[in-house]
Amino acid sequence: MLKDIISTGKKATRDGFGDGLYEAGKANPNVVALCADLVGSLKMNKFIDDFPERFFQMGISEANMIGVAAGLATGGKIPFTGTFANFSTARVFDQVRQSVAYSHKNVKLCASHAGLTLGEDGATHQTLEDIGMMKMLPGMTVINPCDYHQTKAATMAIANHEGPVYLRFGRPGWPMFTENLPFEIGKALMLNQGTDVTIFATGHLVWKSIEAAKELESQGISCEIINIHTIKPLDTDAVLKSVAKTKAVVVAEEHNIMGGLGESISRVLAQNNPSLMEFVAVNDTFGESGKVPDLIAKYGLDTVDVVNAVHKVLKRKAALV
Amino acid sequence: MAEIQELESMATQVRRDIIRMVHACQSGHPGGSLGCAEFFTALYQEIMDHNTSFNMDAKGEDVFFLSNGHISPVWYSVLARSGYFPVEELATFRCLNSRLQGHPATHEKLPGVRIASGSLGQGLSVALGVALAKKLDGDQKKVFVLTGDGELQEGQIWEAMMFAAHQKIDNIIVTVDWNGQQIDGANDDVLSLGDLEAKWLAFGWTVLHMQGNDMSDVIKVMNEAKAKTGNEKPVVILMKTDMGHGVDFMSGTHKWHGKPPNDEQKDIALAQLEETLGDYPL
Repeated sequence: MLKDIISTGKKATRDGFGDGLYEAGKANPNVVALCADLVGSLKMNKFIDDFPERFFQMGISEANMIGVAAGLATGGKIPFTGTFANFSTARVFDQVRQSVAYSHKNVKLCASHAGLTLGEDGATHQTLEDIGMMKMLPGMTVINPCDYHQTKAATMAIANHEGPVYLRFGRPGWPMFTENLPFEIGKALMLNQGTDVTIFATGHLVWKSIEAAKELESQGISCEIINIHTIKPLDTDAVLKSVAKTKAVVVAEEHNIMGGLGESISRVLAQNNPSLMEFVAVNDTFGESGKVPDLIAKYGLDTVDVVNAVHKVLKRKAALV
Repeated sequence: MAEIQELESMATQVRRDIIRMVHACQSGHPGGSLGCAEFFTALYQEIMDHNTSFNMDAKGEDVFFLSNGHISPVWYSVLARSGYFPVEELATFRCLNSRLQGHPATHEKLPGVRIASGSLGQGLSVALGVALAKKLDGDQKKVFVLTGDGELQEGQIWEAMMFAAHQKIDNIIVTVDWNGQQIDGANDDVLSLGDLEAKWLAFGWTVLHMQGNDMSDVIKVMNEAKAKTGNEKPVVILMKTDMGHGVDFMSGTHKWHGKPPNDEQKDIALAQLEETLGDYPL
């Protein structure tokens, strides 16, 4: 039930990564970690304190970090690289493409400060293209968890998953609500069953979608909320099953409207069940410096934007009948 | 230890393979490949303790990475003639559905290749990662990597050089194919490498010099390099080679970097290279 989804407090998804990495390191001696001078930002200190011999400080040398990680994976280790999302993708795209993806190395690219919500640092650091870049690489698994607990679970899960993974998370404290929910790579998470519209959401926008659905429920609109944490491989069965029922779709993500989850879902629907869709995403622009709530409002990623998108798609749906 | 003459004889056959491979598909990179025939032959026949029943993780064996992947013909020839895969497969080089991709790749699972290379500057970092994995596992075996000289213009190389010295990665032997040439001309004209020895020394490496087309010197210096491992410093060999070595009209010029010979040129080249171990069938 929607009313049962409540926040138990705020914690950053990057904290979930730090705690998950520590657990993964404890569980498997082959887990090693690399970081390009952002240990504090990536919350890797717990791992480093307990497993110093399995941590490699790379300095501000992301290209080398990706190559060294590919080599460690070749030698049988399970390397987790840590830096900001921009430096995990755009800066090293060719290294990731050739040495990791094409060579199918068991490297876990762990990327913090993704999206707009790193705030004041501005557009140089606010990557909104990373999901697109990473999902285009054959064999790459792309995961964008929605809260602390899901990020921790995802971090632990990818250690046991053979193959390259891009794990995307963020900087700000964010509501926690998935503590008792399951996490399985590639399996969409049903958060609320509804009948009028399906909201597919990933990352920080899952919470915004929950808030929107609560508001819409008070207006008599029944929203199905499906959390797509694994953008690739996409759980197409879950997408098609839900849309067959609701026949109206909103996709919400903290990413450029081009290349993100919305496009992945629209491709699946175009091939199988062409459907009415609206998108809550950044509309092909760079970000800027600002407070997180102000950025979310200005760039159209807020609760009200999800509410409006639902209204819009339902208006189109009604016009069809 | 194999006789020098035996190794030289194999290097000559490797050169024939290179010419025949790039001629058959009318593409590929003969110049750098010809220049490195002694190095690869020595490495796989004499220097490395390696296992042709291929294991990706290379635990308990020496391992080699080719960073300048475009000289794949010389590597494929030596891998095949060392027993990694049938020599006949060299005839498929750069053909559709072949395991012998234009640039080396793991995607088609060719034994002996552990990482894709072609986009330059990446192999040294990868080799350092494997060296670290060996250290974590207490594996005493060595990691070898070859880079081009033009390739040193890539920034990632210098990141890796700094990292290796900082981490005291002393189970790695890097060789630079210092033929002085790259696609657009001489290194010195395109983007000078300056005082290469001083640069590696300044980055904290042990530096050795080698005459790459003199088999005796290759064996001697490679063994010296092995003896210098384990001293808390990475080792680099600056290997002087003659691009196109062994074929007179290809020798010493960048013009055959990425150009195959036509029928007539192929015949002239093969006439200069004795068939010592038997050609693979075409």
